[in-house]
Amino acid sequence: MAEMMYWEGIQRAHDEEMARDPLVICMGEDIGVAGGTYKATKGLYEKYGPLRVIDTPISENGFSGLAIGASFIGVRPIVEIMSVNFAWLAMDQMFNSAAKVRYMSGGQLTAPVVFRSPGGTAHQLGAQHSARMEKVFMGIAGLRVVTPSNPKQAYGLLKSAIRSDDPVFINEHELMYNMKGEVPDEEYFHPLEGSEIARAGTDVTLFGYNISVHWCLKAAEILAKQYDISAEVVDLYSLAPLDRAGIKKSVSKTHRAVIAEEDEAPVGVGAEVIAIINEECFFELDAAPVRVHAALVPQPYNHKLEMAAIPDHEDVVNAVLKMFGKA
Amino acid sequence: MKLEDKKRVLREMVLARRFEERCYQAYIERKIGGFLHLYPGQEACCFGVMEAARPGHDYVITGYRDHVHAIKCGSDPKEVMAELYGKETGSSKGRGGSMHIFDVKHRFMGGYALVGGPFPLAAGIGKGIQLKGGDEISICFLGDAANNQGTFHETLNMAALYKLPCLFICENNQYGIGTAIDRSTAVLDQFKRVCGYNIESAQCDGQDLDVVYEHARKAVDYVRSGKGPYFLELMTYRYRGHSMSDSRAYRTREEEELWKQRDPIFIVRDRLIDAKALTMDEFTHMEKDIDDYIENEVVKFAEESPEPNVADLEKYVLAD
Ligand SMILES: Cc1ncc(C[n+]2csc(CCOP(=O)(O)OP(=O)(O)O)c2C)c(N)n1
Ligand SMILES: [Mg+2]
Repeated sequence: MAEMMYWEGIQRAHDEEMARDPLVICMGEDIGVAGGTYKATKGLYEKYGPLRVIDTPISENGFSGLAIGASFIGVRPIVEIMSVNFAWLAMDQMFNSAAKVRYMSGGQLTAPVVFRSPGGTAHQLGAQHSARMEKVFMGIAGLRVVTPSNPKQAYGLLKSAIRSDDPVFINEHELMYNMKGEVPDEEYFHPLEGSEIARAGTDVTLFGYNISVHWCLKAAEILAKQYDISAEVVDLYSLAPLDRAGIKKSVSKTHRAVIAEEDEAPVGVGAEVIAIINEECFFELDAAPVRVHAALVPQPYNHKLEMAAIPDHEDVVNAVLKMFGKA
Repeated sequence: MKLEDKKRVLREMVLARRFEERCYQAYIERKIGGFLHLYPGQEACCFGVMEAARPGHDYVITGYRDHVHAIKCGSDPKEVMAELYGKETGSSKGRGGSMHIFDVKHRFMGGYALVGGPFPLAAGIGKGIQLKGGDEISICFLGDAANNQGTFHETLNMAALYKLPCLFICENNQYGIGTAIDRSTAVLDQFKRVCGYNIESAQCDGQDLDVVYEHARKAVDYVRSGKGPYFLELMTYRYRGHSMSDSRAYRTREEEELWKQRDPIFIVRDRLIDAKALTMDEFTHMEKDIDDYIENEVVKFAEESPEPNVADLEKYVLAD
């Protein structure tokens, strides 16, 4: 196993798949000659040329639709949307074309296209560059949504997404591209469905995905060391479909649940997980499940306000302590 | 176009017309639900272009006024009618409906209901052809009002930039639902709008099969030879309302009559009669034949087909 950065995992997945299959292409703004805003497509233009590594005009809906159309006849496009905030402009094609075409054609057409995009609050990028939007994507029938929390997942989920016959949206995070982690040396395909136990525990389940997995891990460590509370951390790398069985299994063991999300609460991942807990294992609960989430405000620019708007590991710790009557 | 071809196309156009009129009736009888957009008046557009292209080989994509385009690509009218009836035997297994006819084996890549939605999809199909190296072209049929969507501009720019083998056909029937083109669009000649993207374009009479065919041949040759996209504007008219509940209060009966005097089917018919390749009797027989076929085979098939199984509700959402 080699250590590699999150962006390197993504780049490697592109490279391997493009080397294998001439119909795998990638496209997006500044991904070719410039190498990608987050380096995720570095070196590919030189290697595969402009027909397969396509610098697009700033036409999110247009080039997303172009990718979808190409996927109808066997091309496997990987589309980078520079920031998830710009994905609003592409949702018409993503939702109305990619997600629905299989159903409305009675299974004749499918759109095996991958969209990947960073969301989330980075360093004072302001209201129009800091939003998280996974909640919007995960409610769309016909679309898969995955969100890697480490380089191994970043690599393996993209590999599987490219091979999938379904449209897949990969939710990345601006702050995670330089994160380091172990990635298998051999080819690796991460399952597109399910969840992962990132740390085993017995007293409470902390559900996280993408960056909030790391808050949960940090919180679990503090809870163990300082409060003698054993927290289990479940990594929900698949947001659509959510892993009902995995959620049920962990909550049935710990009887308590905290869901940590960087997004605002309404109609979000936390709301959905709690609904699943209610449906699957309500009578296993020893306490009402709790969400740790962002304030319902457009992301502020001022650094203090920005930090106040989004949660972190301390908020997770506090939520658990409150649940145990220790705060 | 050779006389024998023209005679065959006349028959196809009459079938298209009668098929659509029969849909109207079935809708009134509540056998067909949802929205229903009919094609009468515009037949020379689809048939003129597709005679110049290669149906079943070239890819075709369009909007919601899609029955006739599917049939011309090779779809069985029975399956199209069954789709309108919401039956399991329909083109899209009853999951699509009138606006979403698909027939991928005949390279009819679908009807889409978002105005302007197919533009970038057509460009993507063009991109796929470019990557795979085939001699197909990607043909996109849309209306005049679709050109006010962002996708029109985004797509034309990319199609020109990447030199994609795409033929954009604008069926300019001068209305978007009840809004006349001069009330929605600053530039009335649609073919002029694409000059801003360095795309070859032309405009012609969309009622006369021969005229459409000649223009389309030039356009198809241009695109197939790898020179990049082409935009062809066809001036036409839809006789019926936009969809089914349309009182046509936004236009005059005189205007409608004027256009009906240039009916695309009668133009072909009269030309064949003048050339002594057809008699009026033969034509009347042809119509009767076609009506019988539609009634006894097409409608019968749709009526007698089973509905989808409710247990299959969630089939076709995801592949794996
Ligand atoms: C994005 C979107 N906006 C609005 C509509 C409603 N609508 C359906 S058809 C139509 C008019 C389109 O006219 P045109 O493109 O000229 O095609 P025509 O119906 O005349 O063939 C409108 C506004 C829609 N289906 N999709
Ligand atoms: Mg129109």
